[in-house]
Amino acid sequence: MAEHGGGRTRSAFAELTLARIRELIREPEAIFWVFVFPIILAAILGLAFRGGSADTFPVAIVDGPQAEGRRAALEGDPAMQPRVLSEAEARQALARGHVVIVVSADETPVYRYDPTRPESRAARLSVDAALQRAAGRADAFTAGHAEVMEPGARYVDFLVPGLLGMNLMGTGMWGIGFSLVVARNGNLLKRLIAAPVRRSHLLGAQLTSRLLFLVPEAGALLAFAYFVLDVPLRGSLLLLVFVSLVGALAFSGLGLLTAARPRTIEGVSGIMNFVMVPMWIFSGIFFSTERFPAAMQPFVQALPLTALNDALRGVMLEGSGMATVGPELLILGAWGVVSFALALKFFRWQ
Amino acid sequence: MPDPSTSAVLCRGLIKRYGDVLAVNGLDLEVRRGECFGMLGPNGAGKTTTVEIFEGLREADGGDVEILGDRWHGEGRSLRARLGIQLQETKFPEKLRVREVVALFRSFYPGGPGVPEILALVGLEEKASAYVRTLSGGQKQRLSLGCALVGDPELLFLDEPTTGLDPQSRHQTWAIVEALKARGRTVLLTTHYMEEASRLCDRVAVVDHGRVIALGTPRELIASLGAEHVVECAVAVGSAAAFPEEDLLALPSVERVSRNGEGWRLTVREVHRAVPALLALLSGRGAEPTLLTTHHATLEDVFMALTGRRLRDG
Repeated sequence: MAEHGGGRTRSAFAELTLARIRELIREPEAIFWVFVFPIILAAILGLAFRGGSADTFPVAIVDGPQAEGRRAALEGDPAMQPRVLSEAEARQALARGHVVIVVSADETPVYRYDPTRPESRAARLSVDAALQRAAGRADAFTAGHAEVMEPGARYVDFLVPGLLGMNLMGTGMWGIGFSLVVARNGNLLKRLIAAPVRRSHLLGAQLTSRLLFLVPEAGALLAFAYFVLDVPLRGSLLLLVFVSLVGALAFSGLGLLTAARPRTIEGVSGIMNFVMVPMWIFSGIFFSTERFPAAMQPFVQALPLTALNDALRGVMLEGSGMATVGPELLILGAWGVVSFALALKFFRWQ
Repeated sequence: MPDPSTSAVLCRGLIKRYGDVLAVNGLDLEVRRGECFGMLGPNGAGKTTTVEIFEGLREADGGDVEILGDRWHGEGRSLRARLGIQLQETKFPEKLRVREVVALFRSFYPGGPGVPEILALVGLEEKASAYVRTLSGGQKQRLSLGCALVGDPELLFLDEPTTGLDPQSRHQTWAIVEALKARGRTVLLTTHYMEEASRLCDRVAVVDHGRVIALGTPRELIASLGAEHVVECAVAVGSAAAFPEEDLLALPSVERVSRNGEGWRLTVREVHRAVPALLALLSGRGAEPTLLTTHHATLEDVFMALTGRRLRDG
């Protein structure tokens, strides 16, 4: 047998990284969840909360002698979509949320609405003003309007950095954790360490492939947000990449830690959910962390995803520099370093 | 360079406990350079535990183990580079191609044959571009064997290399191991198939309850039974009663007789003397054999003689 056969050989580290990347790109479902799903989510939520159309009120007018006159009066306001319905239909439409307020057929109208719904209260004011005006009331003055519709202050602008953070968390933890547990479960980890390979290379290749994947993953979502949804990037792109990198590493560390011991997919899934679900809720992906009471804030702010989301929003929406996002980067770094150290200490190789 | 004066494996008083269970109980073993050494024993005899201690994948609770004149410490990478290891079962990544898996393992070793040579050696050239997922059990096992050979190892560990394989795959694997033997490679294999041990191994250690209970070449072990052949013979229903066991025992070269349904099982020293005499006895009393087979006594017979149990249940 020849001592050195033909064909070039890559280094062990390169082969391990390549193997992991091949596995990932040959898994269509993984591609969907990593690349396509965040974009779809951004598109759907971006459209749903686009503003404008959400501010028109569907109004029901109960059929009666004055119904047509009232409808004409309400149609004068572009924010209102009045329709004439029978008494029964109107009540049903209100109960189902198809209209936000019902105007009765009485000579002096009665407004039927749910006062706990903000849009119903707003609609009551608009409906009342329009009907009063039609009945002859004169406005004391006409106020000017300055509508805030500039990019950067819309819901979708708030949402995109949160989705990016959520994606970095999910792929970091699943991408590392899942493959390690599968390899442990199938004796592959044991077989690998039976060969003269450095254990640090085995884990390092996992991280490297993860970071290489970060580029297209974050790039796809950001490009979609920037070019299609007009989400701004006010800070430096370089800093945004750096923040994403630190975030990805921190969550890779957490992924490594959650996968340090379990032998089964069921086992690691439970731990993953235990770690990730609180962050889905508390880390300000879909709504601001300020909604949580002050007593909870120390906990909320210490979560790695909160730090990542805050840093991403800072760079993208407020143009924050390195000094501003420094504390968040420190929190992420601490999570990363501590979880790496613990993972290496407790890692089960077979 | 390997030092030929040292043993490939030298193990003294090996002990391994799992909780209260003593999996390996003071096992002694020496594998010489250039031999194919088999550990034969039933499931749960401690074979895999022992081999994994040799492979540096488990720590012993007691005893001394030397591999190629070296001892395990740390990750042991310099020693690992000289070994080839096939675990009992390894699930390689399903989405990798056969060629890619071999190249991955090849990259861990400083020297050794190229990927195409390895694939040829284990008969997987045609499957080079196939995904691991699509391989049969036998092909996966040969891939695993290929990955054990990529470093051109001085010592090869094969843990139950054919367990669960169909007969054809088993013979393919045997042919590969025989080719390796012909190149003078040192192999330590575990098995609970006596055919495998007798066909492949120069020497066999029979292992039971974590100890070596017999050691020798397959021929020596079988010779220890006192007779080397087994003749099985049966006659038509109802005719067997005409042949008392004393008559059969009186035939030349027969050592033992046991009744076996409508026939007998004779342990004999020399088939060519016992069988003609047996046939003459039968035809002299107007009976014809409905079955007549002879086989060499096997390691299974050795294991049964030593433990009173079969190697495999059922």
